Amino acid sequence: MSTRLRYAYYPGCSGLGTSKEYDTSTRAVCQALGMELVDIPDWSCCGSSPAHTVDHRLSSALAGRNLALAEMLEDVRAIITPCPSCLTNLKTAAVRIRKPEFAAEVNRLLDKPVRNTLPVKSVLQAIIEDVGVDAVRPKVFKWLTGLKLAPYYGCIMNRPPEIMEFDDHENPVAMDQLMEAVGAEPVAFPLKVECCGASYGVARRDIVQTLSGKLLDMAALNGADAMVTACPLCQMNLDLRQDQINSANKTSHNMPVFYFTQLLGLALGIGEKDLGLSKLCVSPKALLDSLEARAERKAG
Amino acid sequence: MKIGVFVCHCGSNIAGTVDVVKVAEAAKAMPEVAFASDTMYACSEPGQEGIVRAIKEKGLDGAVVASCTPRMHGPTFMRTVARAGLNPYMFEMANIREHVSWIGKDKGANTRKAIDLVRMAVAKLAQNKPLYPKSFAINKRVMVIGGGVAGIQAALDCADGGLEVVLVEKTTSIGGKMAKLDKTFPTVDCSSCILGPKMVDVAQHPNITLYANAEVDDVFGYVGNYQVEIRRKATYVDWKNCTGCGACMEKCPSKKSPDPFNENVGKTTAINIPFPQAIPKKAAIDRASCIRFKTGKCGVCAKVCPTKCIDYEQQDVMVTEEVGAIITATGYDLMDWTVYGEYGAGRYPDVITSLQYERILSASGPTGGHIKRPSDGKEPKTVAFIQCVGSRDKSVGRPYCSGFCCMYTAKQAILTKDHIPDSQSYVFYMDIRAPGKMYDEFTRRTMEEYGAQYIRGRVSMVYPKGDKMIVRGADTLAGTQVEVEADLVVLAVGAEGAAGSAQLAEKLRISYDSYGFFMEGHPKLKPVETNTAGVYLAGCAQGPKDIPSSVAQGSAAAAKVLGLFSKDQLQSDPQVAKVDLKRCVGCMKCAMTCPFGAIKELEQRGEMKVQVIETVCQGCGLCTSTCRQGAIQLQHFTDNQILAEINVLLENQLEEA
Repeated sequence: MSTRLRYAYYPGCSGLGTSKEYDTSTRAVCQALGMELVDIPDWSCCGSSPAHTVDHRLSSALAGRNLALAEMLEDVRAIITPCPSCLTNLKTAAVRIRKPEFAAEVNRLLDKPVRNTLPVKSVLQAIIEDVGVDAVRPKVFKWLTGLKLAPYYGCIMNRPPEIMEFDDHENPVAMDQLMEAVGAEPVAFPLKVECCGASYGVARRDIVQTLSGKLLDMAALNGADAMVTACPLCQMNLDLRQDQINSANKTSHNMPVFYFTQLLGLALGIGEKDLGLSKLCVSPKALLDSLEARAERKAG
Repeated sequence: MKIGVFVCHCGSNIAGTVDVVKVAEAAKAMPEVAFASDTMYACSEPGQEGIVRAIKEKGLDGAVVASCTPRMHGPTFMRTVARAGLNPYMFEMANIREHVSWIGKDKGANTRKAIDLVRMAVAKLAQNKPLYPKSFAINKRVMVIGGGVAGIQAALDCADGGLEVVLVEKTTSIGGKMAKLDKTFPTVDCSSCILGPKMVDVAQHPNITLYANAEVDDVFGYVGNYQVEIRRKATYVDWKNCTGCGACMEKCPSKKSPDPFNENVGKTTAINIPFPQAIPKKAAIDRASCIRFKTGKCGVCAKVCPTKCIDYEQQDVMVTEEVGAIITATGYDLMDWTVYGEYGAGRYPDVITSLQYERILSASGPTGGHIKRPSDGKEPKTVAFIQCVGSRDKSVGRPYCSGFCCMYTAKQAILTKDHIPDSQSYVFYMDIRAPGKMYDEFTRRTMEEYGAQYIRGRVSMVYPKGDKMIVRGADTLAGTQVEVEADLVVLAVGAEGAAGSAQLAEKLRISYDSYGFFMEGHPKLKPVETNTAGVYLAGCAQGPKDIPSSVAQGSAAAAKVLGLFSKDQLQSDPQVAKVDLKRCVGCMKCAMTCPFGAIKELEQRGEMKVQVIETVCQGCGLCTSTCRQGAIQLQHFTDNQILAEINVLLENQLEEA
């Protein structure tokens, strides 16, 4: 493995669309932390949620194609992706392909066989494991002092544990640690790995409203100013649908929902344009403006 | 030599897949076989009589029985042969059931293998020599390890039977887990009220020597003659003079020491007597919390003690006790439930274990018997019980049912209603397992009279919301999801072998399973014995048990010891190693491999030789295979006997080839 922090980067479809700000902030943060991202050339859809419900070979072939393309890159230490859904598909395929019979069937569908040589990680895991929380702290430009956050990992970031092999599957702490490292205060948030209802986003809006509503209620109850996420779908449900949720549940949440890379970027002094803060539906402006006042109050 | 062969049908167990008549026919053709027959049940009375008759009528010198495992009936047939007037060691067994009929369906192949096994047994028997046991005296004292209710019962029964008993207890008081319980099921009577008198009996019984705060360091010897080294751990209090007045506890400034008796709900003082009914009622210092030991700067207890019995310099004392039998009653521990991330893994103060709840319910507990939840001391109105936490759960490596959790949960639900009449209990369960006397009636009463809401389904998650705990689970009878807003969550945690049980098992040379429970000699017919003669089991050390079963097994173990001690002499097994002094070169390799320390040096005419201590030798044969000279031989399994078996097997195969 290379000693350089050079990665094959898989942005995923949402990174180009609904969660563009996650993609740009990820790229900016990685650069600031000395991680070199090389986009996997000609990457394609990982299969996301539908493929694995139809056929395991087909879904593994979709993910496998990207694994094989990444393996062509020189001197990269791992494949990383910001999206937990992409991560699940890539990792599940990699685990299944460990079986020679299965690998043969998948390779029959592909132009180029998968060798399964590169580990697959989330961007979060790469920052925690390869850069390290201690290396982030000295790079902080602006401490996020006084910012109370509900860290929300979503249901698939750490599960199933035997495939994801990162952090605790019931009580993950990676984002908590990163946010603490840049001065923010993670609040106790017992629903860290609960489902937001993502798969029902289109078909059954009522389910999303119930499930995501619970998350917002809990974050508010435990005193969070904002939520911080690592998943494009979780973020979308909590942020974009917050008005819908409010009107369905008769609540009045006005809770910004950040990507952890946006907050990390803020702390590292990255410009707001790269972080895409303006793309958030619930504006964080008032909250961020009040931060300095809070920091002063705390210092005073 | 005239040998008889008896081939057993064992009903269809053997005859179903082995042609037993053919095996008997084949046996007749073997050299030295003077008689062979098949018999329906060799172990039955007519079966045994047939063997006796054949030996007498045909003037046989030895008998081979081809039937089941010698573990089951070896001793039976040795007695049969002896009844016919032969030496019991002029007998061999061929295992054609476990080794043949039960494992293969091909009747032809089975029959051939059965014939081979019989041929080997005949060849070995032709080499057998009569062996004679030796007698040795028994030391009629007994040691009981563990002072919980099973150990107490065993000790009292042995002592009442006239034996001298040494009771060794790890903690500073006997009583075990039962002493921690508030009430017992299904009678809901006060646990310490029924256990207390028994504890006092132990203290007052002239035949019982109690070592509290002591552990077994090592065990030597054999049935009838064990030497046990006991470490009496330092208490820093001279127990001869301590009156248990409690003055030291009142004045001890270190008031926030962990309180293991109260399952760490609440705190205690660094010098303490664990509970009011403790036996012996003596104080002991917890070194880890004591200010004197940590900083050298206290000494209050020494100042206030009216009998001046505090001794900060006290050391552990080693004692050796000689006993003829040992009863192990080391009990259980709750499984470490903090592996359950979905129940908070110990992070939420209002999610507690069953045993912690028991202490909260107890009048002598940290809350004086008032139910207060740990986080804020409020009285809970809604209590959720989750069963099978660490029981019947392969995912945490505990696939077995712990047996008593259904019952203690029902009891705790009843007690909750008794303490707080306007409370509501919810019990999440998988099945209700209540097979004891009056047990099912008890759980029904919990539901019907006390209104506990039983919900069949596992809980997927427990999390705090405000000052409530949300318990989310499935109701698999209604087919819905359920959420209960509880003030307190009690986990019915399953049992595993007590900490350190594996190490103790190795000292005692008894078997234990992967959960820390000791293995009984036979799961059905030797439930109190171990495979080491003179070592017996009682209580949860053998597997999770409720109080009645623990007490019953304690009495059973005592009965076994009394039976053993009813003889003045025991006979040693003659199947031990024996040294041919002419061949022995005194290299001591055998002594180095012997796991039992049964071989010692012997000087003979200025030359170094070895000698086997026959009563210590367990007949394992390790020394035999180590000795390059072939000087040390295991009686009944000599090189010549084993070679005879192999030769006859190979000869036959060469002929076939």
